[in-house]
Amino acid sequence: MSIGKPLPHDTAHLHVTGAARYVDDIPTPTGTLHLAFGLSDVAHGEITAMDLSAVRNAPGVITVLTAEDVPFENDVSPAAHDEPLLSTGSVHYVGQPIFLVVATSHLAARKAARLGKIDIAEKPAVLTIDQAMEADSRFEGGPVIWSRGKAKDALTSAPHLIEGQFEMGGQEHFYLEGQAAMALPGEDGEMLVHSSTQHPSEIQHKVAHAIGLPMHAVRVETRRMGGGFGGKESQGNALAVACAIAARQTGKPCKMRYDRDDDMVITGKRHDFRIAYRAGVDAAGKLLGLEVTQFARCGWAQDLSLPVADRAMLHADNAYFLENVEITSHRLKTNTQSATAYRGFGGPQGVLGIERILEHIARDRGLDPIEVRRVNFYADGQTTHYGQEIEGFHIPDMCDALLTRAEFSKRRAEVDAFNAENPVLKRGLGFSPVKFGISFTLTHLNQAGALVHVYQDGSIHLNHGGTEMGQGLFQKVAQVAASVFAVDMNVVKITATDTAKVPNTSATAASSGSDLNGMAVKAACETIRERISTHLAESWRVAPGDVVFSGGQVQAAGHPPISFAEAAGQAYFARISLSSTGFYKTPKITWDRIKGRGRPFLYFAHGVALCEVVIDTLTGENRILRTDIIHDTGNSLNPALDVGQVEGAFVQGAGWLTTEELVWDDAGRLRTHAPSTYKIPASSDRPRIFNVDLWNKPNSEDTVGRSKAVGEPPFMLGISAWLALADAISACGDGFHDLNAPATSEEVLASVDRVRSA
Amino acid sequence: MDITFLLNGESVHVSEVNPTQSALDWLRETQGLTGTKEGCNEGDCGACTVMIADEAGARAVNACILFMGQLDGKSLTTVEGVARKTDDGLALHPVQAAMIEEHGSQCGFCTPGIVMSLATSHLTGDRNHDDILAGNLCRCTGYAPIIRAAEKAWKMPIPDGFGVPKVTIPDPTADAMRPESSDALAAAYLATPDATLIAGATDVGLWATKQLRDLNPVIFLSGVKDLQNIDITDDALTIGAGVSLERTRKLMADQHPHFAEMLRRFASTQVRNAATLGGNIANGSPIGDAPPPLIALGADITLRHGDTRRTIALEDFFIAYGKQDRVAGEFVESITVPRAPHTPDTLRVYKLSKRFDQDISAVLGAFNIAVTDGVITNSRIAFGGMAGTPQRAKSVEAALTGQPWTRETIIATLPAFATDYTPMSDMRASAAYRLKVAQNMLIRAFEDSQGSATNVLEVSS
Repeated sequence: MSIGKPLPHDTAHLHVTGAARYVDDIPTPTGTLHLAFGLSDVAHGEITAMDLSAVRNAPGVITVLTAEDVPFENDVSPAAHDEPLLSTGSVHYVGQPIFLVVATSHLAARKAARLGKIDIAEKPAVLTIDQAMEADSRFEGGPVIWSRGKAKDALTSAPHLIEGQFEMGGQEHFYLEGQAAMALPGEDGEMLVHSSTQHPSEIQHKVAHAIGLPMHAVRVETRRMGGGFGGKESQGNALAVACAIAARQTGKPCKMRYDRDDDMVITGKRHDFRIAYRAGVDAAGKLLGLEVTQFARCGWAQDLSLPVADRAMLHADNAYFLENVEITSHRLKTNTQSATAYRGFGGPQGVLGIERILEHIARDRGLDPIEVRRVNFYADGQTTHYGQEIEGFHIPDMCDALLTRAEFSKRRAEVDAFNAENPVLKRGLGFSPVKFGISFTLTHLNQAGALVHVYQDGSIHLNHGGTEMGQGLFQKVAQVAASVFAVDMNVVKITATDTAKVPNTSATAASSGSDLNGMAVKAACETIRERISTHLAESWRVAPGDVVFSGGQVQAAGHPPISFAEAAGQAYFARISLSSTGFYKTPKITWDRIKGRGRPFLYFAHGVALCEVVIDTLTGENRILRTDIIHDTGNSLNPALDVGQVEGAFVQGAGWLTTEELVWDDAGRLRTHAPSTYKIPASSDRPRIFNVDLWNKPNSEDTVGRSKAVGEPPFMLGISAWLALADAISACGDGFHDLNAPATSEEVLASVDRVRSA
Repeated sequence: MDITFLLNGESVHVSEVNPTQSALDWLRETQGLTGTKEGCNEGDCGACTVMIADEAGARAVNACILFMGQLDGKSLTTVEGVARKTDDGLALHPVQAAMIEEHGSQCGFCTPGIVMSLATSHLTGDRNHDDILAGNLCRCTGYAPIIRAAEKAWKMPIPDGFGVPKVTIPDPTADAMRPESSDALAAAYLATPDATLIAGATDVGLWATKQLRDLNPVIFLSGVKDLQNIDITDDALTIGAGVSLERTRKLMADQHPHFAEMLRRFASTQVRNAATLGGNIANGSPIGDAPPPLIALGADITLRHGDTRRTIALEDFFIAYGKQDRVAGEFVESITVPRAPHTPDTLRVYKLSKRFDQDISAVLGAFNIAVTDGVITNSRIAFGGMAGTPQRAKSVEAALTGQPWTRETIIATLPAFATDYTPMSDMRASAAYRLKVAQNMLIRAFEDSQGSATNVLEVSS
């Protein structure tokens, strides 16, 4: 069985030798042209005049396109049709593409793109949450409100009321490979597009509309991305569509990749949020009633903001039973980049909200933060605020196991003793759990297809709708295929995602890649295996159920084993089809997003983390000293890849809440648009001691190999680092830290002052 | 410009190359060597890391801000040249094998750069993996498996032939664009005073890659041998302007350990290998990290214009933001730091940045405070990030000198910071935070002197 083995990434050997090809590495035909956008430098306004003569006359420029030159649909939005490829006269954020340069080289296109002279009559820009609320600038008519029980009554009667609000920043994906696409025009108008995308079918759909042809005329291929994290779910549309339009017009292959600064200025990021709350609790800190208001800054276009904001509401409970709760969600429209999908898709914002509320309760009431969490944990049989029953809830057991394994009690005493002795440095411990719902909340997306061929030599060609962005999906799915046929992994050839092989795919997103595509591949492989079994059973005169695939061989009682290759060969000569599609749709899920009721998720994935930090109370500088994690992966399909997801997600989550600060100026210009100013974690930012264990218990739902999704859930374990900082800050005095995110050194120092000045 | 160098062990001659084309673009666009990646095009992410070797040894640098003109007379190794080709295919370098075994790659895009950094340090014997990799950003793994791979590879021997050129590295060419001596540079610069001087190109590189400026005419400094000199006497330490920051760091480890520790966090290994001490001064940045400690040490610089040399206090070189005491055709030749080997080193340097490693400072404070019999006898304090130039805190110094070295003195001195500095707010820090932290750095200097624990790096779980 290859399932469950800690195999390396399927192309690790190509990564380390530089042989793995990304879009910009594909050899280009002679005459390939290169594209760059000319961008708005104004946050909101109307274009009054445009002089592109200097652009057109720049060296290497072949042509320059504006909205008027777009032949068919001028739209790159995922759904709402509110995001033109090129501005149609108004501009809505600094960085919005206005014109498109087609040139003989990447550098020539970039240089020319800066030469446009565009007059814009500026209008007042809505940049902040306060400005958007003031102007009632929002998506959907008003706020979305979901409730359960009687929150207001419970707040009135609760013995203690805790109120507050805080801000949390957004996050740049900082995939190391920037956005990139290449379009190769074929005969009869056909277009082949290579795209660094999590969503080839959407690229196909948008390109088809842009060049006025049915989807069948467009083929999109994605072998791998150099990181995605949600940033390539919809943000690659503009490049692919631009390439296709330019390729259609020029008849030449066209390639576009964003320079890093352009990438950060143009594309969307994680939504920043403000969360306001009123919590009524009893003496033990148990939540009796809760009102939460989530303000999401969505940017200028809708993109995926509505489902992101929905997921934030769906995760406003995290691991805690909210008997009486009202959640209000404001989806605010601002003149900034259109915020988009980012690992967790609103979940992290919702989870950070409730973790901050519990932190506030513990500090306000003088209670132990972990005990406050324990009294609020869900129990099996309870239902979430949206009506889904809690089943197989592992967090209380995982919490106990973690605190024992990480020697929490002993270390708590050590940290307290250290803090008593040291005036300048303070240490802190933070615990946080995560319960994350697995399935797309847009129910129809929970489907996947696969295409499997077995060749007559017994080698297997594997294809499915999922995309590889580093998470190891291809390897996990290949392990599923090899397991079904009981063959070695080297028999299975993993191939690029291709809209001509598997149609109508969903984005590889929502952590769903292996759940959906693994099951589709399993179905396809089982179909072929059954055909081979049936054939061999007939020829061997045994029951099909007695034909066994094992160890690269096929056998039945009374018959000498034959190799899988021989079995495939025999089936071929017997005219048995050795190719099959496979299909899967997630069972059991129903969801009414207007009412906020139903079972949006097939199951929940769980995790727990304990983090220790030290802060410098003179500067706010800090270090993560140790992190211990237990994460629930069900029966892991590949424990090595899963541990890798957990480690990487923790560090990325901790980065979101510490050093990763997006700063816009008063004119709406993003000031942090390169790694020189936007600081993702570096090597020394990882925990100095980092223990990750998997909670290897089978999923109670019938998922592939009884595994669980792992891409997003552990991201939220980074919250333990933020809570550890809050704990260290709290050691400085009696006041409430009121810590915001990201907890940069500056924010930590400000919080130390708040604690001390109380 | 014509250049000759070794590419993955083979001699390459390129005629009429644009001297300011990046090595990254040349490799990817003309050689089809696409293993070296562009992640940021500004020397911050390390995805383009390659290994350069010459008589000074092997070192990792960023190819995105490495100009073709700098390659002349060097050996360049890319990720494609790391594994050894055998009859059975590729024999992986231990770093490559360990990266696979320890699951050190996920999306794989940063991986070639990581491999180059680690293979280079494996060759040179450096083992502090966090420092080696500070300039290699990975967004997927959280670094833990990469460090496990680095540790595993460390135990393996250097593969036969790795880092050993098959043919001799060609001698660099000498001409007006590539002077070999300070005299030749002085003459060339006098003749072409509008030339862009290019030493490590870690700042000038971005003028090309981000500002898209045409830098020509250019003069490359890396061949100027006398700018590489380091001279240590009982009275002074004289450092050639072309000495790299990495060599400066190693030098300072013996002289002023706090300075060296700050340089360890200055940019990344790749950048320190290329960037020069003279460049960090001559570009006049208000947030260059080397000037404040040098000013606190009382350093002078020697400027040369043709055959005329003059020596001025470093602090006087910085006139205002974007303005230095330097005429056209004049260049920084050397930096002289006073030396008193028989008195204790009193220099303390504190670098504050949003990210701990490889980040531009929000505030950098350098304190050189001499205390005799409990009384402050002399103080030189300088900051970066607090004004339009690196600047001394003269009011603070005045308030301290002659006072007892006590907590009370420190507290009483703090208001003087507002006299010396009116910092600005930007994406790195607010004005108020900068001022507060500058004050707190003085408190830290005092607490340090009293033996209090003040360094987050010295705490473990």
